[in-house]
Amino acid sequence: MPWIDACATNDIDEEDLIRFDYEDRTFAIYHSPDGAYFCTDGLCTHEHVHLEDGLVMEYEIECPKHNATFDYRTGEAKRAPACVNLNTYRTKVEGGRVLIEV
Amino acid sequence: MAKRDYSLLGPNARQAVETGLAAAEWYHTDIPRKQMKELMQRSDQPAIRDTVMLFACMIVFAAIGIALWPSWWSAPFWLAYGVLYGSAMDSRWHECSHGTAFKTRRYNDWLYQIASFCMVRNPVSWRWSHARHHTDTIIVGRDPEIVAMRPPALFRIALNFLGILDAYDGWTRMLFNASGRIHPEEASYIPEQEQPKVIRIARIWVAIYAATIALAFAMGSILPLMVIGLPRLYGAWHHVLTGVMQHAGLADNVTDHRLNSRTVYINPVSRFIYWNMNYHVEHHMFPMVPYHRLPDLHDAIKHDLPAANTSMWQAYREILPVLRRQLAYEDVFLKRDLPPTAKPYREDFHAAALGAAAE
Ligand code: FES
Repeated sequence: MPWIDACATNDIDEEDLIRFDYEDRTFAIYHSPDGAYFCTDGLCTHEHVHLEDGLVMEYEIECPKHNATFDYRTGEAKRAPACVNLNTYRTKVEGGRVLIEV
Repeated sequence: MAKRDYSLLGPNARQAVETGLAAAEWYHTDIPRKQMKELMQRSDQPAIRDTVMLFACMIVFAAIGIALWPSWWSAPFWLAYGVLYGSAMDSRWHECSHGTAFKTRRYNDWLYQIASFCMVRNPVSWRWSHARHHTDTIIVGRDPEIVAMRPPALFRIALNFLGILDAYDGWTRMLFNASGRIHPEEASYIPEQEQPKVIRIARIWVAIYAATIALAFAMGSILPLMVIGLPRLYGAWHHVLTGVMQHAGLADNVTDHRLNSRTVYINPVSRFIYWNMNYHVEHHMFPMVPYHRLPDLHDAIKHDLPAANTSMWQAYREILPVLRRQLAYEDVFLKRDLPPTAKPYREDFHAAALGAAAE
């Protein structure tokens, strides 16, 4: 699978996320409190609301619509009303850029 | 609009899905991400303080009520205890179902379980039903939590000031679920893998009520039921009083919370009981903001909202005439003016629903 240049490392505050659209897909890219980067599908698995306006708390993202939470490192759904995990994608940092493998 | 059918399995439910009203994109006031992040931050401290106060008051009021029982002097203490059990627990249930009351998830979950028991709302089913209320707020046929239907069932609302219908529904549903069954309406919004939890919790509750009733028989007194169960009836009035204000008399089938929800300034005691849910437009627009930050959120976005009602009294003076008119003509509703600083309502978007505004 190809590596895609998604954003600069400093585009995302620590403990926050941004939205990244690529072709007809949409992703969420996270900057964790320990400085690592992660990527998941952009849409919540409950009712497909985008996670971009959600709240990152440590290693979890809370959906802005009904407060479902996911571990963005593994995609695991941690709190109702989401029951289905998020897909996750590998990331790497090169020369101040975040790349995702999609 | 033809007669409204509020059933989640009826023709309006199908229509809402077909016309794209269900699970639609909703209007949001613009607010910088940095400020929003700050408003969404969780904290344990305010809710721990409020919860300690709540339980301390409940214990003291119930203890005095028991000590003075069966004298009429105990009545004011039961009334105070009842409002905390049958009304404050409604707002705790609500805030904890969003998971925003505390920062620590297990504190949220504990309070949510206790509040759900007091309100006789199965914590699993109602989490899903409340999610639907947020996806499809006041969309006929989709929202399971519409209080003031059209035409308004005033008798129903009046009975609920004593919790009669809600508690009856809660207890009969509890017995139904405890017998191992899930109602078809519940099945429309609770995923299958969650359904066994509904049944397990219903059975635990039945055991608690059975023990309470057994104790009442053993003592030959209803006193145990004054502490557990009955306050859901005699203490319900406050949550109905505040709950009716949330959406009554406003638009249905729209996708802008400024058209279907109401923010009301209320007194500090009611705000403690209601946990700031009087900032209701704000809560619906941004459900991730914890209750204790809603006044700040209100300040940040009020330039884009209809003016808040200045008191419960003033809100009811606005609501009651509309409800009365809806008895004869159910399409009537109140469309409130926006301040000049606000982004206008999307009339094109809501043309069908807004056709019959009362004002
Ligand atoms: S859409 Fe994400 S929790 Fe419902």
